[in-house]
Amino acid sequence: MSEPRLLSIEGLSAVSDRDNGAPILRDVSLAVAPGEIHGLVGESGAGKSTIARAILGMTPRTVRITQGAIILGNTELLSLDARQLRRLLGAEVALIPQDPLTALNPSRRIEAQMTDGLRMWKGHSAKSARERALTLLDEVQMREPERVMRCYPHELSGGMRQRVLIAAAFALEPKLVIADEPTTALDVTVQKQILKLIRAMQARHKTGAIFVTHDLGVVAQICDRVTLLYQGKVMEHGLTADLLLKPRHAYTKALVRATPRYDRPVDGLIPVPDAVIAACRAEIAGFDGATHG
Amino acid sequence: MPKPFSRTRGRPRFPALIRLLQNPKLGLGGGFVLLLVIIAVFAPAIAPHDPLEQDLMASALPPFWLAGADPAHLLGTDDLGRDVLSRLIFGSRVALTVAVVAGVAAGTVGSLLGLLAGYFDGWTDIAVSRLIEIWMAFPAVLLSILIVAILGSGVGTVIVAIAIIDWTRFARVIRADTMANAQADYVVAARTLGFGRWTILFREILPNVMPGLIALLAMEMGIAVVIEAILSFVGLSVSSDTPTWGSMIASGRQIIYQAWWVFAAPLAAVFATVLAFNQLGDGLRRALDPVMRR
Amino acid sequence: MIAGAAHRAAMMAVTLFGVALVVFVLLRVAPGDPIAMMIGPGASPADIVALRAHYGLDGSLPMQFAVWLGAMLHGDFGTSISLRRDVVALIGERLPATLELAFCALGVALVLGIALAVIGTLGKRRAGEAVVDGATGLLLAIPDFVWALLLVLLFGVAVPLFPMSGRVDPSLGAQFHTPFYLLEALVTGQGAAVRDAAAHLVMPVLALALPLAAIIARVLKGALDEAMVQDYVLLARVKGFSELRIVTREALRNAIGPTLALTGVQFTFLLGGTVIVERIFSFPGLGNMAIEGVINRDLPLIQGIVLTFGFLFILTNLVVDLTVVGLNPKLRHG
Repeated sequence: MSEPRLLSIEGLSAVSDRDNGAPILRDVSLAVAPGEIHGLVGESGAGKSTIARAILGMTPRTVRITQGAIILGNTELLSLDARQLRRLLGAEVALIPQDPLTALNPSRRIEAQMTDGLRMWKGHSAKSARERALTLLDEVQMREPERVMRCYPHELSGGMRQRVLIAAAFALEPKLVIADEPTTALDVTVQKQILKLIRAMQARHKTGAIFVTHDLGVVAQICDRVTLLYQGKVMEHGLTADLLLKPRHAYTKALVRATPRYDRPVDGLIPVPDAVIAACRAEIAGFDGATHG
Repeated sequence: MPKPFSRTRGRPRFPALIRLLQNPKLGLGGGFVLLLVIIAVFAPAIAPHDPLEQDLMASALPPFWLAGADPAHLLGTDDLGRDVLSRLIFGSRVALTVAVVAGVAAGTVGSLLGLLAGYFDGWTDIAVSRLIEIWMAFPAVLLSILIVAILGSGVGTVIVAIAIIDWTRFARVIRADTMANAQADYVVAARTLGFGRWTILFREILPNVMPGLIALLAMEMGIAVVIEAILSFVGLSVSSDTPTWGSMIASGRQIIYQAWWVFAAPLAAVFATVLAFNQLGDGLRRALDPVMRR
Repeated sequence: MIAGAAHRAAMMAVTLFGVALVVFVLLRVAPGDPIAMMIGPGASPADIVALRAHYGLDGSLPMQFAVWLGAMLHGDFGTSISLRRDVVALIGERLPATLELAFCALGVALVLGIALAVIGTLGKRRAGEAVVDGATGLLLAIPDFVWALLLVLLFGVAVPLFPMSGRVDPSLGAQFHTPFYLLEALVTGQGAAVRDAAAHLVMPVLALALPLAAIIARVLKGALDEAMVQDYVLLARVKGFSELRIVTREALRNAIGPTLALTGVQFTFLLGGTVIVERIFSFPGLGNMAIEGVINRDLPLIQGIVLTFGFLFILTNLVVDLTVVGLNPKLRHG
């Protein structure tokens, strides 16, 4: 890849401090170009959320990063101390969380939660931050933005809260937005609108994004590029169209086949065949053997 | 599927014993209480002097580490020349008697009412809850002073007063515990098996609220020691020829500038005893509560 | 919400009636006859009957209770037997001192408790947390009476920093026009009087505040621990806010509600604790007067003070309920 890179992860490995140091990430590398949406896909436990948390410097205490580098722009994040990382992240990286119902502080008004970052990092006055927040709410097609600003989170529906969170994520014009399964907690009918909205906002603000999901159907709708993980190891990566239409790895093929599509209705879920799982396990065991040996 | 078995049944006993011993709060608190019990029981053998023996020639002697001390009086003497250590040792008898008897009395009354209110909703619960609320509207110390003033001083009166004012502590906690347990699957299962209400209350629910009750009991004993000290301090507890920590504190306060140790020694005893009962209760709660076990 | 308030007020009346009944029963079964104690040796039986009638001590017990309750409801608490003055006036003089003491203690407990909880949360899994947990455990285990005596030993004898008794130093010659000495001195800007009144408050306030501070710290820290793993805290971290700001501006708002509710209930225990603490520090408040009343078997005074405390306790619970509703945005708009 010769394109300019916004974020690159190089050889990232992590182990669990419990479970006798079981590997969680195995030599993961990936790159996100400016303005592209990069999908991180895998089943639960595949390590996709750990990668997202590692970029944010917020891995759980039980997870220890053993080697690798995370480079945002020209800065290596893992070598920064907490204070430096905070400053950098505050202005340049934003998060669209998984559950809009718990990601807004129940006892603060929407206005306060949308403007605090602007005032902290961008030197906005209360008035200009408010105007900026109203513009953003307008961009996410929120009706009655003035009223919404005065609301407490419990007065808004789940879909409205997710719009607020998306608007807030783009408030500081971050270089990178990390979307952590942002549609999983939502109603299916709302999901599609939210995906479109994230795509539109990302395009308008020319922001790079990492989109964490377990759903290849969602990937097909929104991602430019995909990294597919299994048990902390990259199985396959590439452009979304290539990966979905011409999968090379057996695991990818099985996953693609298991994903329901409107043009190919299936009766119930198709599980990934045991043989494929066994092959993946063997591949990972071989990798672990090579690195430990 | 609800399991038709009470949670406390069929558990091996030895792991519980081991857990009891591994808990440092339990060891320290329990150890001190045990020491106190031994001191109280064998007070006449342990105490170096008669706690009532006055010797005005040897009044206000300092404790052994200060200049002018008499090695015969390790913790010094008070203004009447009585041996502080011996009075402290004999004082533990009143303190422990009150702690145990008043604690058990308050615990029995309060737990019974709490069990009833928690299991039988309707007027029983309303009546007990209202009674608790009325009781909570009294300043406890003032009420106990009032009761002792009405009934006259004496260890028995002090015990009655503590039971009368402190049953609510148990009633509130046990009521909430009982309510939570009454909703549990094992009670529902026992009910469908056709057990009577009293059987369920005392054979199924009581064993499950017991850990909380025992812990509360230990803490209440500490509180009873303090209330007894308060009543002695005000001059209402027991007759003046029985040494108590509270009366020692009260008389020590009169000569605090001349002989601070007369005041400090019984205060230290109360402090350590309350802390020990508290730690014992806390340790028991952790050790016995199936949810808090690690 | 209005229906809720009405219901609470009705419950409050029932509880107050219960308190009055208990006070009445307690004092009427008292074996010591207050009249016999009051009169001199030369009094005639007619004098005793007259006195009984004067204090409403004649007639059947239910009759006495009805008369007594009626008088209470009219604000007539009778005349103190030992002090020979109107009980309401006596309470009016002493209550402000107790309130000043109790509210200062509440303030100190809140500041100390919240500070301990925040420090413990910031020092999560480090020495800070262990120190705070240990300190709260110790403060919690030891009741106000014992703290008061330890403070006497520490600040009265070992390092005599603060006065051991009273409310103000009479030699200072400060003149007060209201019974709220500290408040008045603050409002009128009398520096010396403020310092003196505050110095007299230090030990009793600390004795009352330390256990409450520990309860506040423990409950609040539990609630903060819960709040700090919520997603909105994660989001605030991504926004790059400092941990201190996250704890105070994000988590504290959500954690403080239940803590304040509990603090309110505990405040009634603190008020109860003023009785013995006032006694220890010869603080001229309601509790000290109550103990005098008990020792002198001063029935009207005792019942007046006990009822005043009961009313304060019930009122506190009512205020707490309403505050909790007011603080929670969900309940407020619901």
